[in-house]
Amino acid sequence: MNRRAFRKGKNGAFLALSLIATLAGLACLAAILWTLISHGLSGMSLRVFTEMTPPPGSEGGLLNALYGSAMMTLLGILIGSPIGVLAGTYLSEYGRDSRLSTVVRFINDVLLSAPSIIIGLFVYEIVVVTLGHFSAIAGALALAVLAIPVTLRTTEDMLNLVPPGMKDASAALGAYPWRTVVSVLYPAARSGIVTGLLLAIARISGETAPLLFTALNNQFWSTNLNAPMANLPVVIFQFALSPYKEWQDLAWAGALIITASILILSISARVVLALMQVERGSGQ
Amino acid sequence: MAIIDPRHAAKQLVYERIFRTATLSAAVLVLLILGGVAISLLRGAWPALHHFGFAFVTREIWNPVTDEFGALAPIYGTVVTSLIAMLIAVPTGFGVALFLTELCPPLLKRPIGVAVELLAAVPSIIFGIWGLFVLAPVLQRHVQPWLIEHAQPIPGIDKLFMGPPYGIGVLTAGIVLAIMVLPFIAATMRDVFDTVPAMLKESGYGLGATTWEVIWHVVVPYSRVGVVGGIMLGLGRALGETMAVTFVIGNAHRISSSLLAPGTTISSSIANEFTEAVGALYTSSLIALGLLLFIITFTVIALAQAMLRRLEQRVAA
Repeated sequence: MNRRAFRKGKNGAFLALSLIATLAGLACLAAILWTLISHGLSGMSLRVFTEMTPPPGSEGGLLNALYGSAMMTLLGILIGSPIGVLAGTYLSEYGRDSRLSTVVRFINDVLLSAPSIIIGLFVYEIVVVTLGHFSAIAGALALAVLAIPVTLRTTEDMLNLVPPGMKDASAALGAYPWRTVVSVLYPAARSGIVTGLLLAIARISGETAPLLFTALNNQFWSTNLNAPMANLPVVIFQFALSPYKEWQDLAWAGALIITASILILSISARVVLALMQVERGSGQ
Repeated sequence: MAIIDPRHAAKQLVYERIFRTATLSAAVLVLLILGGVAISLLRGAWPALHHFGFAFVTREIWNPVTDEFGALAPIYGTVVTSLIAMLIAVPTGFGVALFLTELCPPLLKRPIGVAVELLAAVPSIIFGIWGLFVLAPVLQRHVQPWLIEHAQPIPGIDKLFMGPPYGIGVLTAGIVLAIMVLPFIAATMRDVFDTVPAMLKESGYGLGATTWEVIWHVVVPYSRVGVVGGIMLGLGRALGETMAVTFVIGNAHRISSSLLAPGTTISSSIANEFTEAVGALYTSSLIALGLLLFIITFTVIALAQAMLRRLEQRVAA
């Protein structure tokens, strides 16, 4: 074989391999979604949304788990995202190049990829051990800790995207930096910050490991934040590994609900961002 | 023209101070969280570390009845499953990134990129049940018997694929992990490849290089730091991943030469046993496992971030 043919052949082989790799990745996504839909739909019924989690061997729904997940995710976001947004504001507006900001940025990126089970152990040590019992508030705090790095990162990135001219114009009118941030930068970066919130909700609503030993689980309806609370991921974990058909069906239904909501959230986050870019493009 | 009211200005100054302090405290809180994680884990792990000493990380025994605990089996499982995951996910992720940056028709670039990112958004527990109910049976019926049969005559390799095909086990966990970290590696590598200046690539093509030669001799050397950073970010995920592994690893505290045997990892031991652990020493040993995981992943992720940052700075310069 001459050298030219060899090089062309090698090129073709590697490009074919990269195509196969991409197809394999997409096939995995398709396989997972297909399994979820086919198994999940067969376990889905109105009862899933109207009845409590059943004892072994009988039928029921996921209402308490859905409520618990929504509640703890909401609380987690309410606690975590203001901290993330404020810290992101500091990094972008006050201490952009300071030593502190460099360190915070670095630590935040580490927290962003840190194993969530470690965060669960941390909250267990701080809250559960102190209070002496598992509770929904401990679960919400664990989720809040996970939400902070996501919102911090997007807030900083989005504030950095606001044209400096707007900031200068506000300063020229005599506004203090806080006024500029609140009245000019936040509105300008609004869709970006909303994207961050959506991504944070998507991130924490599927988390299982940190809830295992903070919120634990609860077979019954409970709205008490100071007591263990049912939540979808832990119920899926428990039910999927059980030998009971009814429980497994509910686990699949729950898995479908959780994945569908997260994918919808992630896609809407992208749509919001794309709309923002269109807006900006036409404004210039 | 408005007259500046001194009281108004003073009030603005107070708001300014409050707002600045609030943002500063939030930023400092991020540092405190990391510090708090380290301190609380150390405190929780102290009884076990004090009791077992350094032997905690070198012993395989894990016996809740006699209160004897060693972390060697979970450490081994964590390392081996992550290694399998990286062996599969790194070349595949590289291929996906290459396809997206160099080959993909522009029209498909965004949809495929988004699909890969959506795979990253699927929660890990979903990978767990999928691995247990779909992947494990397929491996058990079709892949593992083949591996056992064909590895038999090869000395050295035969030890890796011995014993009955359970379906679940170290190999299955590694494969599920590979699928999980693939999108992270692919997305980071894609972003890293995109930083290569078009001029450099075009120079390569101008000299008559093939696409593959441009990638291997221009794109990869230029973005090497970022590629390694992306791989290590994926490794950090794989090491700490909990739920996906817990479903398919089999939770057996022993070290087996066979990849088909059930095993355990640090995170799956904690997830499986923490709420059922009775006795202070048992709980403390599990927290000590968490501390080990924290140290390992923190090191890997910090190195990865440092590398990605270096690339960023070079691109900016």
